[in-house]
Amino acid sequence: MSQETLSREVVVGNRQGLHARPADLLAREARKWQSRIELVGKSQRADGKSILELLTLAAEAGTRLVVEATGPDAQEAIEAIGGLFDRNFNEQMNGNDAPGETRR
Amino acid sequence: MKFSDFVAVDAIRSDIESDTKQGVIREMAEALVEAGKIAPGELEGIVKAIMKREDLGSTGIGRGVAVPHTKHPSVDRLVGTVAVSRKGIEFESLDGEPVQLFFLLVSPPDRPGDHLRALENISRQLRDDGFCKRLKASQTPAEIEHLLEEADHHGFVS
Repeated sequence: MSQETLSREVVVGNRQGLHARPADLLAREARKWQSRIELVGKSQRADGKSILELLTLAAEAGTRLVVEATGPDAQEAIEAIGGLFDRNFNEQMNGNDAPGETRR
Repeated sequence: MKFSDFVAVDAIRSDIESDTKQGVIREMAEALVEAGKIAPGELEGIVKAIMKREDLGSTGIGRGVAVPHTKHPSVDRLVGTVAVSRKGIEFESLDGEPVQLFFLLVSPPDRPGDHLRALENISRQLRDDGFCKRLKASQTPAEIEHLLEEADHHGFVS
């Protein structure tokens, strides 16, 4: 039951940035874990379990963020959240599944 | 970005009649047509595109707020409007709350930055409980317009 904070740097890789759909996916993933999860940008931090807060980061493509997790399952949480960024939230790099557009 | 940069004041609605997701989206898109912000011939296409986006995942962002949106080639700048539903609409939000406050956005296809900054402005302002509650309690479009102006000028966030 370690309460130390683990952190990992991530980069917003999808062309559309951290818009509503990735923020929704992130918050859903974060809510699976007991740990407190925060996303830290240059000038602010956001609760990883709140879509509304994540959107305040306005993280465009290429933005570096730090994921911080504090709690008993911090390690697993960090890996799961980091994985979403690594996979660009399952959005294609050419951005053709941008808001309102067709996605296969 | 400020509310005044993208909210069409003539399209603000303080008492949405529909009680379905699609109905609300249609009422708001029609309001944008009436305000001259989107072409009448594009209405159906825009409503359909917004619903398609909702199928990918609800745009309910929590706290009784939703941001239905789409990109559409018929607009050359970001346009949006605000609506309040008295009763609240089931919107499959992550927190399960019915949605009372809607921000509908239509953006040109190649301006992802503007879209992100509009979402940022909306979410940052709505983090303030007082602002959120006062918007939901608004009785007239003018009252909503006034609250948005106040947020633009002074900010409700400390």
